[in-house]
Amino acid sequence: MRADLELIYGWVPDDARILDLGCGDGTLLAALARHKNVTGYGLEIDPEGISACLTKGVNVLEQNLDDGLGNFVDDACDLVIMTQALQVLRRPDAMLDEMLRVAPECIIAFPNFAYWKHRLHLTFRGRMPVSRSLPHAWYDTPNIHLSTFRDFANLCRDKGVTIVDEAVGSAEHEGHWTSRLWPNLFGETAIFRVRRGR
Amino acid sequence: MSASFPSDSVGLVTPQTATFESPLALACGKTLEHFELVYETYGTLNAERSNAVLICHALSGHHHAAGFHAADELKPGWWDAYIGPGKVIDTERFFVVSLNNLGGCHGSTGPGSIDPQTGRQWGPTFPVMTVADWVHSQARLADRLGIDRFAAVVGGSLGGMQAMQWTIAYPERVANVAVIAATPRLSAQNIAFNEVARQAIRSDPDFHDGWYADHGAIPKLGLKLARMIGHITYLSEHSMGSRFGRDLRSDQLNFGYDVEFQVESYLRHQGDTFSTRFDANTYLLMTKALDYFDPAGQHDGDLAAALAPADCPFLVVSFTTDWRFAPARSQELVNALLRAGKAVSYVNVDSPHGHDAFLLPNDQYESVFGSFMRRIDAQLNGGAS
Repeated sequence: MRADLELIYGWVPDDARILDLGCGDGTLLAALARHKNVTGYGLEIDPEGISACLTKGVNVLEQNLDDGLGNFVDDACDLVIMTQALQVLRRPDAMLDEMLRVAPECIIAFPNFAYWKHRLHLTFRGRMPVSRSLPHAWYDTPNIHLSTFRDFANLCRDKGVTIVDEAVGSAEHEGHWTSRLWPNLFGETAIFRVRRGR
Repeated sequence: MSASFPSDSVGLVTPQTATFESPLALACGKTLEHFELVYETYGTLNAERSNAVLICHALSGHHHAAGFHAADELKPGWWDAYIGPGKVIDTERFFVVSLNNLGGCHGSTGPGSIDPQTGRQWGPTFPVMTVADWVHSQARLADRLGIDRFAAVVGGSLGGMQAMQWTIAYPERVANVAVIAATPRLSAQNIAFNEVARQAIRSDPDFHDGWYADHGAIPKLGLKLARMIGHITYLSEHSMGSRFGRDLRSDQLNFGYDVEFQVESYLRHQGDTFSTRFDANTYLLMTKALDYFDPAGQHDGDLAAALAPADCPFLVVSFTTDWRFAPARSQELVNALLRAGKAVSYVNVDSPHGHDAFLLPNDQYESVFGSFMRRIDAQLNGGAS
């Protein structure tokens, strides 16, 4: 499992009802269903991801996140998870509201634009960063709302959303000590666990 | 002889008939004292009798879903693209049951059968059937075949409604369900099209209030018109446009009312063919079953409440250019299932072919539907949970 998913897996309580936004091939949901008795749905628009979910027996809905979560009632589930999707949304702030409407708690993982390699790329090469976590060129990237670890923390503060847990990881060594110390600089992927209200 | 069939075909198939002597109470208040169902099966029922898949047919469908009735039959069954060895509904893994519904005109008891009370054909007096009635009769067939629980109940369009109804009426007998290009209820526009089709048939002088058989007549013109109207709703504007455009049959306009455009010729041909192979009373009855289907109706319009008994994973599939039962109708079903907390997956398959897309080959559709079916097979064989 991807490092960020590994970390998130550990944060999900047993028997939770969850919604996984941009669930990909359903790896996380399948593992949670098998080992933690978790139930829920994945939302995905990639046809291959959808078929992979069906093969795993993961409930998957073809639904564009930019259309919102209007088909889910308030408190439809216990936890909403969204990994690597925040930065492609038209309105990430509105999505955060939606996520915390359908569940009291959510977990969000996204590429940290302030990661030191990205900073070096911009500072010394004068070009938009291209990296393992941001593999696209500026002109064809789906990432229209890149942000930093600190940006997201500020958004939560402005919205009155409580940060329960935060972490950064890289695909290789998640939880490395340097990233604990200076997450905004050394974290490649930012992961937040937030709760409705203060 | 079998060598002449494609290797992914179930090959030569022979319809069978099941006779039921115990009465079947119908939604309309009448009772069928005795009835017959014609059906076909493909594949082999396993020792646990757990690998059966029920195919529910649409408006003009029947039991012949796959394979060939004769070595020289030109076209295979209506869903042959999806049923066969190695296909989406893999007959090497599943035991597939496909029947002709009651009221049909392909061998099951219907308007063309003899009413034991009168000794003459039922004709227009054959009871108006509902989707629920069909599902009860299908359950009788399952009993007869020794199938307690279907690994999957599958249907497109009106067949999808039957699949949906199975999960409400017999939740313990359905392990999985696929509802394809269907709707939880017809819209006013859908009913309007059906009514025009019915009026076309009923106003044909050869209809004789449904007693055309007594007069040795067939309301061909009415059936033809009904089919032409129906056919327009099965195709998308795009598929009609790309297939026929404004192409003319000859080089010039004739300033008359004979067939000039290719699309006119096509529709007339479809209508003519249909009018000789389908029964008018059956057509009327099938369209009524469509109009009446509304499981939410008995729950103050709350579809989630209607689906409360359902207890199996759903696969709901719609097609982007289907305007007869548009994707929004499937999404209504999906959202009701979400509200009811049911296991559901939904895909809106990209296809230019309108409502008919559910019958046609399509990579994305095959991938999605195939993944769902393979998962069912894996579970039957004790695979990953």
